[in-house]
Amino acid sequence: MKKELIELRVNGLTHELAVEPSALLLDVLRRDLGLTGSKRGCDDSSCGACTVLVDGTPMLACTILAFSCEGQEITTVEGISEHGSLAAIQKAYGDWGGAQCGYCTPGFMITVKHLLSVNPDPTDEEIRGALSGNLCRCTGYTQMYTAIKAAIEAEKKGMAAG
Amino acid sequence: MPNDHRAAANDFSIIGKSVAMVDAAEKTTGSGKYTDDLSLPGMLYGKILHSPHPHARIKSIDASRAERLDGVIAVVTGKDAPNPFGILPVGHDEHALALDKVRYVGDNVACVAAVSEAIAEKALELIDVDYELLPAYFDPEESMKAETNLIHDNKPNNLEKDYHHVFGDPDKAFAEADYIAEGRFLANEVTHAAMEPHSTLALFELDPHTGKLGRLTVWSSTQVPYYLQHKLSLVLEMPMSQIRVIKPLVGGGFGGKSEVIPIEIIAGIAARAAQRPVKITYTREEVFWAHRGRPRTIVDLKTAVKNDGSITAVKARVVQDGGAYCSYGVVTILYSGALLGALYDIPNIQYDGYRVLTNKPACGAMRGHGTVNVRFAFESQLDEIAAKLKMDPAEIRRRNLLKPPCITINGLRVQSYGLPECIDQVVTRSRWNERKGKLPKGRGLGMACSHYVSGAANSIIRSDMPHSTVNIKIDRDGGVVVYTGASDIGQGSDTMVAQVAAETLGCALSRVKVVAADTDLTPIDIGSYSSRVTFMNGNATLRAAQEVKKQIAAAAAKKMNCAPEDIVFRNDRVEKQSMCGDGSLTRPGGAQLRSESPENAASSAPTVSGRVEGQILRGSLQQKRKDEGPKDSMTFEEAVVAAIDFHGALSGTGSYAPPPEARGGKHKGAGVGPSPAYSYSAQVAEVSVDEDTGQVTVHKVWAAHDCGRALNPVSVEGQVIGSVWMGMGQALTEEMIWKDGLLMNPGLLEYRSPSSVESPEVEAIIVESIDPEGPFGAKEASEGSLAATIPAIANAIYDAVGIRLHESPFTPERVLSALRAKRNAKPLNLTEGVDPTAPAKFREHGGKLCFKGKGPERHEFDPARQPAQPGGTD
Repeated sequence: MKKELIELRVNGLTHELAVEPSALLLDVLRRDLGLTGSKRGCDDSSCGACTVLVDGTPMLACTILAFSCEGQEITTVEGISEHGSLAAIQKAYGDWGGAQCGYCTPGFMITVKHLLSVNPDPTDEEIRGALSGNLCRCTGYTQMYTAIKAAIEAEKKGMAAG
Repeated sequence: MPNDHRAAANDFSIIGKSVAMVDAAEKTTGSGKYTDDLSLPGMLYGKILHSPHPHARIKSIDASRAERLDGVIAVVTGKDAPNPFGILPVGHDEHALALDKVRYVGDNVACVAAVSEAIAEKALELIDVDYELLPAYFDPEESMKAETNLIHDNKPNNLEKDYHHVFGDPDKAFAEADYIAEGRFLANEVTHAAMEPHSTLALFELDPHTGKLGRLTVWSSTQVPYYLQHKLSLVLEMPMSQIRVIKPLVGGGFGGKSEVIPIEIIAGIAARAAQRPVKITYTREEVFWAHRGRPRTIVDLKTAVKNDGSITAVKARVVQDGGAYCSYGVVTILYSGALLGALYDIPNIQYDGYRVLTNKPACGAMRGHGTVNVRFAFESQLDEIAAKLKMDPAEIRRRNLLKPPCITINGLRVQSYGLPECIDQVVTRSRWNERKGKLPKGRGLGMACSHYVSGAANSIIRSDMPHSTVNIKIDRDGGVVVYTGASDIGQGSDTMVAQVAAETLGCALSRVKVVAADTDLTPIDIGSYSSRVTFMNGNATLRAAQEVKKQIAAAAAKKMNCAPEDIVFRNDRVEKQSMCGDGSLTRPGGAQLRSESPENAASSAPTVSGRVEGQILRGSLQQKRKDEGPKDSMTFEEAVVAAIDFHGALSGTGSYAPPPEARGGKHKGAGVGPSPAYSYSAQVAEVSVDEDTGQVTVHKVWAAHDCGRALNPVSVEGQVIGSVWMGMGQALTEEMIWKDGLLMNPGLLEYRSPSSVESPEVEAIIVESIDPEGPFGAKEASEGSLAATIPAIANAIYDAVGIRLHESPFTPERVLSALRAKRNAKPLNLTEGVDPTAPAKFREHGGKLCFKGKGPERHEFDPARQPAQPGGTD
């Protein structure tokens, strides 16, 4: 398939790329832009490791075409650090055991970031529900809840960066 | 005695404190690199052609059409690297690419290296393979009857291995028993499903003298880089010194990456043929075929007890459906028998284990290797016995405790033993005594215990080599570099190593940099499996740090005009002992500290020798001037500069080999099971059962785990919770479903790895028994808790609705059918007329070998061949 030009806006920067019309967003991010933070854990949108924000909505980059994101603002895990240091949720996941092998973590970072942006003080039930589209095989999720609560606390205290 | 080395947690500054993993930020920012994140200039993508048949002879392979496709650089087949390999020396029965036969659907046949994945995939369709179908075996008990068309010609009756152990006099004990419980338990097959699919990148360098292919570098998602180096050397016929294996970040292993997976060698073969770097990454479906998970296991278990609840004998017959290759199978079947011991005091044991070959992907090591399914049976049966004897399930367990230090009837040495406290803890935290048997109908509590090795005392390849060696180098600015072969696969071993080094040297954790798992740079560690890393690599790190510390102490002592043994390392300072407040100083550390007694330290203290005149740098001259006259306290950095001036360089090596007395008995197969120390776990699960739907919900699990000492409590809790959670997956939802050797659910959603909404709260309770030989008293934390969860849930289901489930997972179908049987209702046969392991309809999976209502083509004489059913095309 012949490549075509595309303009993708990722983490605040615009990139002009030549990609095949059938190219998946995940492949373009990882191969063409070198943004390898988003992971491929499955082939069929089961696992959520490739979650990115497209115009603020969490989407699975493994099952959307790069071309369908033209003109939209894409945020990957590489784009969520704040002022050059860890976002509260990134620090909290490290401190509270929210990440073990770390392979699913980028997807969770995006999902949690989105959750807290639309619902800054979620209930336990709401947290569980929000995380259910992302699979983790190491943690059993329990320590993620602790981390998320710690991040909310940190945000409240205005101590976002660590 | 274990207590000799007790030191309170507050004697430590880093050990016992929860710290973030040293690579936490790499993981949360996405900047850390896993193998598939790497790429090299000129890199090609490899794709593998898999067998569509469960058992067939390869008559011919014609790859010429594929080779002609534009963008294809190389196509390789079995002939390109015909040497066999396997993780066990007795199990070299695999080829990276099939030579003459394929033995399961998914077996590796050929590999294409091309400039893009799309081209490589297209080329796979152009490879013509002519197969001659053979009868296939899918059920282990059927497979054992086979006389012809064996899966491997040298394995009569498709029997990989069988063991028959008798310890004590079980027959006599059964004859004298007050009560005997007997039952068949079945645990279905589960797999690791680590989030990172396997990936390997292989690069050949050109030999500078000949211009031909020279050294090979392999980046791979592995738990065992040194075994990979060894197997690459065997198959590619290259010396190990010409092969460098690097383990980048690994996205979970759980045993699935604890042996050499064909992809890791295929990448090397393809890179050699293509003369360019080749990366191969499995799709999720391929990960399921690569498998190496926990085999479907049939356990026939018989337990003899006295009326007071004491267990007098156990007989277990275990059949494991091992799949098409040996893999870790011989070890798995031995663990199943050996770890009947070392949890409770059982004076008489009979064990008959059969590891059987079938035409399915090979099973291997998975978290709780070999022990899990037998523990499910044992702890379930113990609960039945307790009910029969009208005894509290906690009480019957307390009556069968070991009395350590001791050696079990099957030769396992037990020293530290936190099981009694684990039981007490979960009884208290779950309010067991108040609530057990008193919850509303449909809700119940269940208890079970388990244990696991802290590393195998005997290595896979028997030798006198230490199991772990660690080098430490300290730079002039006080930077500590630890070179360890330990493979961090997400469990946090790099962090553990950094903590042990920093604690021993009394320096800040931030000084320590860990260089890990690179066969060119790091000394040998045999890998991350059998929960050996904290115990063995931790001890090696401790010893290496002590060696360096001795050198620093000698130099500092000279500066401070005191004996080296009076020097104390703490809080990033090096001080004279008298400087440390109340003088009630305890020296942190485990058994190794014995070697630090004054006599030893004095005799091995270096004499003035290493100093090289003329090499004193300006910094050290300044330092020297500052240091005129004796002082009582130095910063770590000052002490390091003094030591480097004194010795010329500051480095140390430490290694660990399990002590001979921990290596087990002399019987055949005695090598598997012995460990320098065992971890212990007791658990209570609270569940509810919906009697209309058969749905089981786990509300909470209390898990107390004896890890010796928690070096990093947040990580220990994470490991315990993760184990319990994975056990819960096996208990309730996870199951590999087969039809004629074809996996019906090769996707994470279909396999049903639990999501956050299905996952209960797990309360991890750390119990510290302080092992006399573990580093700072530590033992394993990552596997021992898994096995107890399944029977704890089974026993809780019994408490809730009075049914005994003998087959895992406890799906709604199985629960409903047991509930109906209890009511004497007509059994509900949801899969009538169908292969009982395969429900009739499945969502088609998007992979190459989608199930279209009929299994793969079968040989016409194959006994399992069914006439096509009308309308059976889904």
